[in-house]
Amino acid sequence: MELSGAEILVQCLKDEGVEHLFGYPGGAVLHIYDELFKQDEVQHILVRHEQGAVHAADGYARATGKPGVALLTSGPGATNGVTGIATAYCDSIPMVVITGQVPTPFIGSDAFQEVDTLGITRPCVKHNFLVKDVRDLAETMKKAFYIATSGRPGPVVIDVPKDVTDPNIKIPHLYPKSIKMRSYNPVKRGHSGQVKKAVELILSAKRPVVYSGGGVVTGDGAAELTELVREMNLPITSTLMGLGGYPGTGKQFLGMLGMHGTYEANMAMHDCDVLIAIGARFDDRVTGKVKDFCPDAKIIHIDIDPASISKNVRVDIPIVGPVKRVLADMLNVVKAHKSRPNCEALEQWWSQLQQWRSVNCLKYNASSGRIKPQAAIEMLHKITGGDAIIASDVGQHQMWVAQYYPFDKPQHWLTSGGLGTMGFGLPAAMGAKVACPEKDVVCITGDGSIQMNIQELATCQHFNLPLKVMLLNNGYLGMVRQWQEFFYGSRYSEVTVEAQPDFVKLAQAYGHVGMRVEKPEDLEGALTEMMAIKDRLVFLDVVVDPGENVYPMIMAGKGHHEMQLSPDCELS
Amino acid sequence: MRHIISILMENEAGALSRVAGLFSARGYNIESLTVAPTEDPTLSRMTLVTCGNNEIIEQITKQLHKLIEVVKLADLSEGVHIEREMMLIKLLAKGSHREEVKRLVEIFRGNIIDVTDTSYIVEMTGTCDKLDAFIGAVHEDLILETVRTGPSGIARGTKGLSI
Ligand SMILES: Cc1ncc(C[n+]2csc(CCOP(=O)(O)OP(=O)(O)O)c2C)c(N)n1
Ligand SMILES: [Mg+2]
Repeated sequence: MELSGAEILVQCLKDEGVEHLFGYPGGAVLHIYDELFKQDEVQHILVRHEQGAVHAADGYARATGKPGVALLTSGPGATNGVTGIATAYCDSIPMVVITGQVPTPFIGSDAFQEVDTLGITRPCVKHNFLVKDVRDLAETMKKAFYIATSGRPGPVVIDVPKDVTDPNIKIPHLYPKSIKMRSYNPVKRGHSGQVKKAVELILSAKRPVVYSGGGVVTGDGAAELTELVREMNLPITSTLMGLGGYPGTGKQFLGMLGMHGTYEANMAMHDCDVLIAIGARFDDRVTGKVKDFCPDAKIIHIDIDPASISKNVRVDIPIVGPVKRVLADMLNVVKAHKSRPNCEALEQWWSQLQQWRSVNCLKYNASSGRIKPQAAIEMLHKITGGDAIIASDVGQHQMWVAQYYPFDKPQHWLTSGGLGTMGFGLPAAMGAKVACPEKDVVCITGDGSIQMNIQELATCQHFNLPLKVMLLNNGYLGMVRQWQEFFYGSRYSEVTVEAQPDFVKLAQAYGHVGMRVEKPEDLEGALTEMMAIKDRLVFLDVVVDPGENVYPMIMAGKGHHEMQLSPDCELS
Repeated sequence: MRHIISILMENEAGALSRVAGLFSARGYNIESLTVAPTEDPTLSRMTLVTCGNNEIIEQITKQLHKLIEVVKLADLSEGVHIEREMMLIKLLAKGSHREEVKRLVEIFRGNIIDVTDTSYIVEMTGTCDKLDAFIGAVHEDLILETVRTGPSGIARGTKGLSI
């Protein structure tokens, strides 16, 4: 069958099983849009800003594990997408971004809407391609999806010059069923000797702790992790990205670790004798001061990416492999092994952990007459039964969700962890709602963040995406204000979000339901009403206590054992 | 410490800038870099000289490996290997200096490959140290121009970097 480049491109998307495409048209991708027009297998979601398209594809991927796909035009279309691409890169999210490019004869001539997309995106993609010949298009598409979804996942950009999609140039088309690349062979399983050594070390541990990361979620290892942790009675903490990898309401879960982690999680890190890091990368927000990191621990590190191992912290037993497979192998070794965990030592360790838990580090004072943001999140958890997909933006509200909305399942928590991109929440929620129309999807956002991609409210109206937006409105760029309070003598420099729009009217102007709640006693009613409206997008402006801070906190240069606790919780 | 890293990579446009970009983005330094296609035109071979402590070199090799186009790589400094660099150096050659320079070139086993009334172009290969030594031995006023390729390296014995 003879097809044009544009036809091939759309056909490849179908062959990859792509059902949704987030995009924005322009000159360089006109041929592709013409092909999209002629079919209805791939649904195109027209966003209102290219950053929104990429974040939406990202949210789609995080909620499903399938690669998200975005289509952007050349020049400003591509540059608008860069923040989204970098966001996905930092969190290892599988994604394919197709960008239009000026026709090949014009490349390098500073043509209209020409930018060096390959050069601009190179440092923030897993890989990128420029397709110079239509005959390479199908194979490049195959490679792009393969690279994006295998190994440590990540975004792949395919830059397609306009002449490559010329409808008048037709060539025979055959989509390769599979692809082999001599230069790219992701590891399929961990080294069995290392797996055995790791199990033996855990069995001999007196104070073990599991530190699980986003790799467990993206690597589909939650079930195996949960089984292993239960089988061995291990305490477990998680990074921001790993939440949901192990049930947040589970008995053995200590809460998140790191800068705004719980007291029990961070103390456990500091005092453990064996640390089992799984799909985590020892980020600086997690380790605190590296010199004081887990001073007494032997460290096991399971990761698909060899470059993550011993990058920031030296480890004793590295295992390079897909977490799912490695954890399954570990389980088999544990079950077949003669020795059992050291029950007596573990019991003592658990009673120590219990004692740290009793500090109740997430306690907050709810009696101020104002809505506490923490209370709003706890209430949402109650009303949604903890089962909603939550997308967040970046700031205090993000940390509060991580602390007060325990996630029991993976792929329910969509947040920009690595890059910390304000403006991620709404488009990501949109992508998740497209992927999972039957699920409740809530974007928990801040008054600063929401305005960074608020235009996507129009997309939600256009495509009838009845997600929920819960704005924790503190009138501040709260996280920055908190740092200025702590470290700059409360000199609040450019953090007051004055001249806010009336968010209720704004939501209504976009055709949605807008509501506001200001009194603690009205909170439950408002949240219940918001969640009860199934067929409309509801934007709830929750006016919260503006002075609230995120606790506990590890200050810069401090170790896990030197946390600052909230004034509301007393160390007994 | 100085390390010499040999990389076999797909001979594709953009591969070189990925390597260079990696080094600048992560703050590693490149002392020299040479690259050319191999006997298999789909592959290029790169020799890269860098320095850093063991942790940094470990990260560099891992990060290089992660680049999709990199097929194989080896840190040649880990084993016995041979390094050669080529230099073209243009020297002032007038009057009494003509003989003196010629003798020096012979001692260093270089070749004079171009001669004018007033200058020589000398071609010389060797280890970086040898080329440095030659430059040190010539009076600095006589040096008009130097071009160096940076070292290429290869491991000794039958084992090598191939696919
Ligand atoms: C795109 C972007 N710009 C700047 C920042 C720095 N930043 C981090 S948190 C924050 C404040 C966010 O304010 P808001 O959305 O109101 O959330 P709050 O902290 O008040 O809950 C800022 C400006 C960022 N993370 N992303
Ligand atoms: Mg705010």
